[in-house]
Amino acid sequence: MSEHVDSVKTYTVVWLILLALTGITTGVAYVDLGDFSVVIALLIAAVKMLLVALFFMHMRHSTKLTQLAAAGAFLWLFIMMAFTLADVWTRGLVGTQGR
Amino acid sequence: MAEQAHAPTETLALREQFNTAEQQKESSTFGMWVFLITEVMFFGGLFLAYTVYRNTYPVVFAMASTSLNAVIGALNTAVLLCSSFTMVMAVRAAQLGRRRALIWFLILTLFLGLVFLGVKAYEWNQKFVEHHVPGATFHFEGAAEQGPAQLFFSLYFAMTGLHALHMVVGAGILSWLLFHAVRGRFTAEYMTPVDIAGLYWHFVDIIWIFLFPLLYLIDRHMR
Repeated sequence: MSEHVDSVKTYTVVWLILLALTGITTGVAYVDLGDFSVVIALLIAAVKMLLVALFFMHMRHSTKLTQLAAAGAFLWLFIMMAFTLADVWTRGLVGTQGR
Repeated sequence: MAEQAHAPTETLALREQFNTAEQQKESSTFGMWVFLITEVMFFGGLFLAYTVYRNTYPVVFAMASTSLNAVIGALNTAVLLCSSFTMVMAVRAAQLGRRRALIWFLILTLFLGLVFLGVKAYEWNQKFVEHHVPGATFHFEGAAEQGPAQLFFSLYFAMTGLHALHMVVGAGILSWLLFHAVRGRFTAEYMTPVDIAGLYWHFVDIIWIFLFPLLYLIDRHMR
């Protein structure tokens, strides 16, 4: 078999880090960080997502094609988010009637 | 003619339309990833709607968000992460051809998935008790405008509901895997269904990893 079989230790360490990050993100939510609360929360979520994708979903052993496709998902998501927010967040800036 | 030559040697791990078992495995894995990418866009629309309306009604959204129980949410996140761990252990057991370990890890994953859904059902029931379900009897204490508050809970139910639906489908898939694992269908040479079901399960986990902070945690310090 050509498959990579990761060790139990690797999975256990990743699992414990994920649980720790869940505790941290919950705890830090009660600290007043102003606008950075959102940033920290999303940053921790992104790290957790990467851990799950790279280790649990075996992304680090995947073919280049699969890695590219998964990265492509974020490109489309980015386009959808960026174009919509570019509209919503800038409404009223110009003061045009009937916006 | 060629078909007849191939037919007797066809196995689960190597169907006749593939050249090698590796190629077949890669095709299955890639197929699942393409499906998951469409799911990113599916949930992405809801995340976008959430972002737009949270930006429009920041104060009401903060109040509505803090009315959720963050401790239950965090514990349920932990339950889901544990289920992802048992799922990856199930995949590992399948890779090594350990049938007994595979069966037990599948049972554990299914159990943890059902615990998550049970807690979710309890939380939803609380919303009905508190009249925080959008509709005729909706009432959110302290909010000057009930409309935006309803909007938050509409998004809450749509997002957690769609996620829970994926969990229910996942539980069905796990049951199917369990049925075939017990019958000894999976071997070290052929465990693709376990592998790609694992991808699906972890993906649903990732969705929750983002739902949890966005719905439960943001603006908690304001209270």
